Amino acid sequence: MTGNNLADYLTLGLIMFSIGAVGVIVRRNPIVIFMCIELMLNAVNLTFLAFARFTPTTAALADRAESFMSGQMMVVFVMAVAAAEVAVGLGIIMAIYRLRNEIDIDEMNLLKG
Amino acid sequence: MLSTFADSTAAAKAMNDALAKTFTPPTVDWASILPVTLVVCTGILGLIIEMLRPKRNNNAIVLTTLVGLFAAGVSVVAQFGAADLESFGTMVLRDRFGSAIQLILILVTGLTVMFSEGYLRAKRIAYGEFYPLLLWSASGAMIMATTKNLLMLFLGLEVLSIALYVLAGMSRGEQKSEESALKYFLLGSFASAFLLYGIAMLYGATGTLHLDGIASAWNPGDESSRNLMLFGLVLLLFGLGFKAAFVPFHQWTPDVYQGAPTNVTAFMAAGSKIGAVAALWRVLDASVTNQTLFASQLQDFWMPILFWVAILTMTVGNLVALVQKDVKRILGYSSIAHAGYILVAILAHARNPEAIGFGTVVYYLLAYSLMTVGALAVVSMTATGGKEGTRLEDLHGLWKRQPFAVVCLIVFMASLIGVPPTAGFMGKLMVFNDALNSGLMELAIVLAVNSVISVFYYVGIAKAAFVDDEGALRRESAPMNSGLAGTCALCAAGVFLCVLLYNPLTVWLVGR
Repeated sequence: MTGNNLADYLTLGLIMFSIGAVGVIVRRNPIVIFMCIELMLNAVNLTFLAFARFTPTTAALADRAESFMSGQMMVVFVMAVAAAEVAVGLGIIMAIYRLRNEIDIDEMNLLKG
Repeated sequence: MLSTFADSTAAAKAMNDALAKTFTPPTVDWASILPVTLVVCTGILGLIIEMLRPKRNNNAIVLTTLVGLFAAGVSVVAQFGAADLESFGTMVLRDRFGSAIQLILILVTGLTVMFSEGYLRAKRIAYGEFYPLLLWSASGAMIMATTKNLLMLFLGLEVLSIALYVLAGMSRGEQKSEESALKYFLLGSFASAFLLYGIAMLYGATGTLHLDGIASAWNPGDESSRNLMLFGLVLLLFGLGFKAAFVPFHQWTPDVYQGAPTNVTAFMAAGSKIGAVAALWRVLDASVTNQTLFASQLQDFWMPILFWVAILTMTVGNLVALVQKDVKRILGYSSIAHAGYILVAILAHARNPEAIGFGTVVYYLLAYSLMTVGALAVVSMTATGGKEGTRLEDLHGLWKRQPFAVVCLIVFMASLIGVPPTAGFMGKLMVFNDALNSGLMELAIVLAVNSVISVFYYVGIAKAAFVDDEGALRRESAPMNSGLAGTCALCAAGVFLCVLLYNPLTVWLVGR
């Protein structure tokens, strides 16, 4: 370790998460929006890993080992879920592009009322 | 809190050693995951049949799906008497609440499958993949109901959602369907990112992903870790509130319900709401029953927020439904209002956990599922020749063409309004009672007022079926088929049976 502490990782995670969240709201292209969501998921992964690495020292050793593992395991599952989401999301965007030859979110206004 | 964390490679190494020494394989109770396993495997089997079947003939898949669902239902019922049990580490929890929710989910899926084939044919989108996707989606909701582990809860939510994103866009040639799929997908994954961030905060504050462990970490925790936990809970409830369509996270609901194929809407309205409500129940239940201190602080912090969310959800859902012209949109807003009623029942439990159990929530979910799936099954009859109109005008003259369906529609509307003697009435009465018994007088009044408002738009739907204008004669609707008739009949019968068998049913579901 190079001397970084937990707060540094959490701050970086929070900044990444915020950039992603703002991007989802302001961008108009679904692919860019989707990339922003991926950024949010990666921010979550970083947060999980940081928390897992810096487990509380007050707990018993066996408990610490378990909580250490559950944080890391969570990250693996989040990555798998994100991959599945990519497959489905790009499929939906492709289907829309075939139907209307453009994918701008602002043009999606058939459903309202 | 940060001071309680230490970092050193030596500590990490000691931890690894401890893990290697203390590792024992978790106890595994295969029977407790049998229902989910059966549903998932039936889906896989359905895909294999889809490859082998004769062209454009889904009958074998439908049959397999129904048989698999029936087997899963039997395996759930077989576990009803069994003692509560956590197996697979702490990943799977089998208890009465989870089993009851699983049973309702299986019922909803079966009812949806029954009327799907005719509808998909009428819409010319009879793809065989529909059934496996629906089953997997249902399995996700079933997982959400039977765990207290946040990792499993997240996985269940994603399995439920990802399959639903595909299903919402199943009608590939239709712009509305694709638009609803994209909206659902983008907003859904946005919300689940927040949910995950909340889980990360809870994990960071407590070092565990198990809800009981999180709740019991409240007392020894210091100020900063408690703040972290509250922040995590806010984000977690934001994610679940999105899935359950609570105001102010409801914007996607009417759009997605309107654009998705009607049978998918039926499953979404019932199945995904059941899953989200069950998960929400688990979160709030764990926090009120485990720790008195946490519970009392939760009351101070949460009650005002959730109280207003419940009022807004009921009122906005009903008021906006009044001005809608599309039947599926109206039912979308109606599902938001019903989510508000269910939230009242959950809050009553959180306020008074000893006196008020899960009976009301489970009964209401059952009643709500029967009437909503039934109503959407009737609406699915407007699809014919690859086209579908779901405006109120498209129901005109349905009485002449399909009298049986209209009779069922009237039953469902009466039940959604809450006219005695229907399941909707009993459900609302139970929620009303719980709210009064736990001192939530204001919520009970708002609920009663909202039930009156809802009369107007529900009656509007039923009335549209009797309008006899010149367009009504030209309109067509799908021919009645046995599956659709079966769904309508079962839902209508269920609406009355839930009242006739009120006592044995509630005793059996709750288990005391």
